[in-house]
Amino acid sequence: MQEEAKELTVSRLGSVEELEQLRDDLIAADDPDAPMIIVCHGTGCRASNSSGVAEAFKAALKEAGEDIKVMPGIKTTGCHGMCSRGPLVLIKPQNISYEQVKPEDAEEIIEKTIKAGEVVERLLYAHPQTGEKLVKNEDIPFYAGQHRIVMNNIGKIDPTDIRDALKVGSYAGAARALLQMTPDEVVEEIKASGLRGRGGAGFPTGFKWSLAAKHKGGDKYVLCNCDEGDPGAFMDGAVMEGDPHAVVEGMIIGGYAIGATEGYAYVRTEYPLAIKHLGIALEEARAYGLLGENILGSGFSFDIQINRGAGAFVCGEETALMRSVEGKVGEPTPRPPYPSDKGLFGKPSVLNNVETWANVSRILKNGFEWFTAVGTEKSPGTKVFALVGKVNNVGLVEVPMGTSLREIVMGVGGGVPGSDHFKAVQTGGPSGGCISWDKADTPVDFDSLTAMGSMMGSGGMIVMDDRDCMVDVAKFFLGFLEEESCGKCFPCRLGVPRLREMLKRFSRGEGTVEDIDELYSMAEAIKDGSLCALGGTAPNSVLSTLRYFRDEYEAHIVEHRCPAGVCKDLITYRIDPEACTGCRACARACPQDAISGEKKEPHVIDESLCIRCGMCMESCKFGAVQVF
Amino acid sequence: MAQTAVDIDIDEIIERYPGKPEYLIFLMQDVQSAFNYISPEALTLICDHTGVPESQAYAVATFYQSFSLEPKGENIVHVCLGTACHLKGSGLVAENLLRSLGLEEPGTTEDLKFTVEPVHCLGACALAPVAVVNGEYYPKTSSTKLMKTVKKLVS
Repeated sequence: MQEEAKELTVSRLGSVEELEQLRDDLIAADDPDAPMIIVCHGTGCRASNSSGVAEAFKAALKEAGEDIKVMPGIKTTGCHGMCSRGPLVLIKPQNISYEQVKPEDAEEIIEKTIKAGEVVERLLYAHPQTGEKLVKNEDIPFYAGQHRIVMNNIGKIDPTDIRDALKVGSYAGAARALLQMTPDEVVEEIKASGLRGRGGAGFPTGFKWSLAAKHKGGDKYVLCNCDEGDPGAFMDGAVMEGDPHAVVEGMIIGGYAIGATEGYAYVRTEYPLAIKHLGIALEEARAYGLLGENILGSGFSFDIQINRGAGAFVCGEETALMRSVEGKVGEPTPRPPYPSDKGLFGKPSVLNNVETWANVSRILKNGFEWFTAVGTEKSPGTKVFALVGKVNNVGLVEVPMGTSLREIVMGVGGGVPGSDHFKAVQTGGPSGGCISWDKADTPVDFDSLTAMGSMMGSGGMIVMDDRDCMVDVAKFFLGFLEEESCGKCFPCRLGVPRLREMLKRFSRGEGTVEDIDELYSMAEAIKDGSLCALGGTAPNSVLSTLRYFRDEYEAHIVEHRCPAGVCKDLITYRIDPEACTGCRACARACPQDAISGEKKEPHVIDESLCIRCGMCMESCKFGAVQVF
Repeated sequence: MAQTAVDIDIDEIIERYPGKPEYLIFLMQDVQSAFNYISPEALTLICDHTGVPESQAYAVATFYQSFSLEPKGENIVHVCLGTACHLKGSGLVAENLLRSLGLEEPGTTEDLKFTVEPVHCLGACALAPVAVVNGEYYPKTSSTKLMKTVKKLVS
């Protein structure tokens, strides 16, 4: 029935008045006190079967039928944020937050919460330190500590229904830009907002736009970078999945400001849901006259095409991305010429990332003063982070720029499991670095992170504890970059593998302290000699871990010991005879037949046969297998 | 016979896009997803349609990770080696899976039953380590769990 209603209302909006009228009608048709079951359908929750949960709610509602006074709606939305506790369900209007909901819980939630207004205690979030059960979203520190600008609509709207987006004010910013402002005024507004590119380097967005805008006439392009290649970062994918209209609206505004009529959204192929939701958003926006010819009767025409990435990290670099859109090998090209002069197809082009575009739509809707009121002077606004690794609340968080690492990890993130501190926080992806606990009060903004030897990057924030080895982490990032180096210039192509070889030796307990000096000089050469940022920042993981964790490197080299118990060649697995029950699970799991012992008697690992695959440790239910 | 079927389908795919060089990657993606690899014949057809020299198309095919010029296995297993998964032991999970399938490195088994490929971050970091078997997510997996899942596919 919903489908039919949707068909009827579609007509191209010819003016701002029509857009506002539609918005008012949609809001008036809504009862804010009506019960609503909101099921998170972000990638994380879907992987934990949230679609099964939504189906179960539908079936259970049907079953309950006439017993319910006001039939609740069921809405599926983008990522609510706390992915580690998914599938997440939010009950409106009370704002009751349930976590780890299974399909079989649906019936009970309808019986108790929907019918009787009671809370199902066991599905509530428990505070990781106090154990207190928290009922409402706004009581949970994870949500209370956030300030949402970019993600404001995510979790509220159904990303596949433009009417839901219109209700919360989507496209109001584009309407203001297109009908009340000149292109130059739009550029000035973005300049005044102080918005800096959220893709990593923090380049001033308004200034970038002005460079492309000064070329008068001819073809120009705007591009959206959703090739979020940093491992451990998924903010841009989640924004695209949860509120694609924010991005589309931002690109319309950017197109108008610089004088482009075509936009390209380059989305990573590993994000099928983001591609799907963006595709739906584009179709709907076209149907409503918010995209295509003569948008809202303004005389401005603009459309967007989706390009799927094909699996190359370097395509996150703007010139490489443009070559890829042209159908070519994604190799970076030297700058100058800058893309603002000669970009896609040799024409002036502006590329911004997903989060930047979403910010643009918010700034045009609310005005630059509203934006500069949040964050720091040099880094206004908020930043979205994918908070992952050894932290209680793994998920997406949006905080004002300048919030300290401590507040993000220990406050919003709920702290580190089993510890009162983190060992290191890694920001900036493979190009970034690790920051140690004694620097926990570092404010998180573009300039402070760079001063710490790391960088903002696109927003991956990986929390590490004492069981994570810094040599191994640096080796991991170099391995990633070695694979992803496009091979165009040799300092990166040959230097990164050389750095990694040295780290491999360290992780085997080989090498000398003098090698560390060689490591520094190699790192400098790679930094200086590489064409693009991939090579230019490649040594950061080594340099930053050396800066804060040199003792750990020396433990490997001098003492032949991996303090975190990670590096395979420096560890041994042993079975604690006190804890071993002789259940034989480890012996069955061992691919080497290296474990012996009688049933119900403590077992022993033959170290000469052991390949340190960890299967015994994984299979032991009693924690008897230990690493030394 | 299989060749004929391929010919028919591929023409339909080729016609999806205008014959311009910028549609090379689009076409290669569609062919890759329809046949799990890009055959030499398919590459020639794509090049004829887009007007791109075969040498260039070959460069593109070997540059991007999602293209394969060799047939892949019936079952495709992606083990996420993103940072969050790495910290939660996905490296060992991948190694153990490869060893159990008799593979020395990521690739396809001789009997063409399995292709195991690492992938860098699927955006489901909260559920690390993650594996994707034939498109289905396996959150919070382990060596034992994944090996069991994979073995079930051939039994």
